[in-house]
Amino acid sequence: MSGELSLVREILAGYGKNRGALIPVLQEVQAALGYVPEGAMVEIARHLGIPASHVYSVASFYAQFRLQPLGRRRIAVCRGTACHVRGAPEILKELEGLTGIREGETSEDLEYTLETVACIGCCALAPCVRVNDEVYGEMTREKVRALFPDSEEAHRDAG
Amino acid sequence: MPDERYTVHVCHGTGCVSGGAEEVYARLGTIAGSGIRLKRTGCHGFCQQGPVVVIEPDGIFYCRVRVSDVGDIVASLSTEGRPVERLLYRDPAAGRTITKYGEIPFYRRQERILLRNCGRIDPEDIDDYLATGGYQALSRALEMSPEEIIAEIRHSGLRGLGGAGFPAGRKWEACRRAPGTEKFVICNGDEGDPGAFQDRSVMEGDPHAVLEGMAIAGYAVGAARGYIYVRAEYPLAVKRLQLATEQARQRGFLGRHILDRDFSFDIEVFQGAGAFVCGESTALVSSMEGNRGFPKPLPRPRTTESGLWGKPTLLNNVKTFAYVPKIILHGAGWFASRGTDKSKGTAVFSLTGKVANCGLIEVPMGTTLRQIIFEIGGGIPDGKRFKAVQTGGPSGGCLPADLLDLPVDFDSLTAAGSMMGSGGMVVVDEDTCMVDLARYFLDFSQRESCGQCLPCRLGTRQMFAILDDITRGRGRPEDLARLEELGRLVARSSLCGLGQTAPNPVLTTLRYFREEYEAHIKGRRCPAGVCGL
Repeated sequence: MSGELSLVREILAGYGKNRGALIPVLQEVQAALGYVPEGAMVEIARHLGIPASHVYSVASFYAQFRLQPLGRRRIAVCRGTACHVRGAPEILKELEGLTGIREGETSEDLEYTLETVACIGCCALAPCVRVNDEVYGEMTREKVRALFPDSEEAHRDAG
Repeated sequence: MPDERYTVHVCHGTGCVSGGAEEVYARLGTIAGSGIRLKRTGCHGFCQQGPVVVIEPDGIFYCRVRVSDVGDIVASLSTEGRPVERLLYRDPAAGRTITKYGEIPFYRRQERILLRNCGRIDPEDIDDYLATGGYQALSRALEMSPEEIIAEIRHSGLRGLGGAGFPAGRKWEACRRAPGTEKFVICNGDEGDPGAFQDRSVMEGDPHAVLEGMAIAGYAVGAARGYIYVRAEYPLAVKRLQLATEQARQRGFLGRHILDRDFSFDIEVFQGAGAFVCGESTALVSSMEGNRGFPKPLPRPRTTESGLWGKPTLLNNVKTFAYVPKIILHGAGWFASRGTDKSKGTAVFSLTGKVANCGLIEVPMGTTLRQIIFEIGGGIPDGKRFKAVQTGGPSGGCLPADLLDLPVDFDSLTAAGSMMGSGGMVVVDEDTCMVDLARYFLDFSQRESCGQCLPCRLGTRQMFAILDDITRGRGRPEDLARLEELGRLVARSSLCGLGQTAPNPVLTTLRYFREEYEAHIKGRRCPAGVCGL
């Protein structure tokens, strides 16, 4: 945690006592740590001169911020309209089966986080899935399985 | 460049990159010999056919190009031989291949003004933008008075393309007249409607056009600072806009004393943090001030009088700003000669769903839905039947087949119960259940409701619960009347546009597809076979 805190302080050093910096600061902290720990929120509040409750209120409002650590492979299923009418619910179901977790959860071994996003903006390639920063278009259940060959194996072994 | 016989354009839009465009480009760089210039471009719009490669000056259009195809493309160019047949676009309707970009039905019927540079210039190279006349409009604008610029925008009839269609000239004038020495210009790039990606494509494919439009706006209203608010889900747009601002600053198009005149203006990119409601102007401003994205309560002054940090603020959509340089350069009359009486210029749509040709399209305002879906979009694939077209995302509505001849403009769509919105256009066929689609949109709206006002927070949730019951076979006969009553209430009493328009998908499907609801409730069956009753 102390390593994390010193990283947070380094980030804060780039900003003045300006509450307008709150969202950019939270974004930078999350980019560095993968999530926004409680200690970081307290530190941010102190630096920007705002109550910690305000930092929490903002961090918990926006979909981008994570208050828990994320999995190494962050899977985002697009649930935009084009993806929905072209089978996104099926894709999500397949991924829940493959990873053994539900939408919004992170696996205990911190391997996967599974979430849905409002729209990736690749609607012409619907349905889409994003894994970390890579976007995969025109997904099918087969193509989803091909993306995670090891997880399927793991599941079969476990099952 | 005269010794370069061909230019190979490789689309680097998000869609094509996900299909492997970067690898194709890298391979071309390794094996393309002299005489071939390589260019990374923004989105061509025909994302479904990506990765897209276009060879100029011949205008040859290659689609679904893989790394393994690159050798044949280069061989065909260096021997000046025939194009690579297997990579040409195959028109599903005519059953033949088409060699040239301009002859493909998807493009032939379009009129690309706003998207002109998308797919043609390298968005990461300011010189490419300058070569197409970039920043000439800014230079001309700085020779005009601010009042002259605003008059030009007003006469053009340009309306805000974020969805509401408020006349841009009036907004600019209000901001110019607002008292105060410090003012801001904000570009709303928080394109949150699921099913819309035209703002992303403009920011990724022609970022300097947005910056140039904002700088002209800054001069016209008397602002020295501008911000582009971009969704967090659009990392490529953020990267290209940041690069573009740096390049523009180096060349003196942004920063102090722009083009050696007494006008200073700079632009920063602000990344949104993932909240649909921030597309609403006062929520966007709250978010930039470091708060939750709550729309400001009523009564409130207009953003043009009291916006960011309480200062007069001009806030327009990405496309609105991108149009500005073109209007300054070609004149208000040129712009106003396109479109309909009250909706001038062109409309840009993200055409997706159950349509043969998916992608980004631009047509004159007033083009009919039928022309868009059947001529440009190539109709419904797999021999299926058209059922409805959804425009305007969660704020819009679903229109049935007998409205296909409706001209697409701000007022006609609104009169039919839908709206232009941010420009999403999702086509659905007989396999889509309209009740499930309405449920889908209400699920979206109730998740994205900021929770500040009660009608929206609880009303959308109640509407969702009723729709959910109907799709699960638990619908009751009185549900339809209750949905309509709730819908009217939420629309009338919500604080901001999100809640006021959230019932539209339900109200329009009830109006045009009532028999599907009744089949679910009375017959306990889903005619499209989606709900599994």
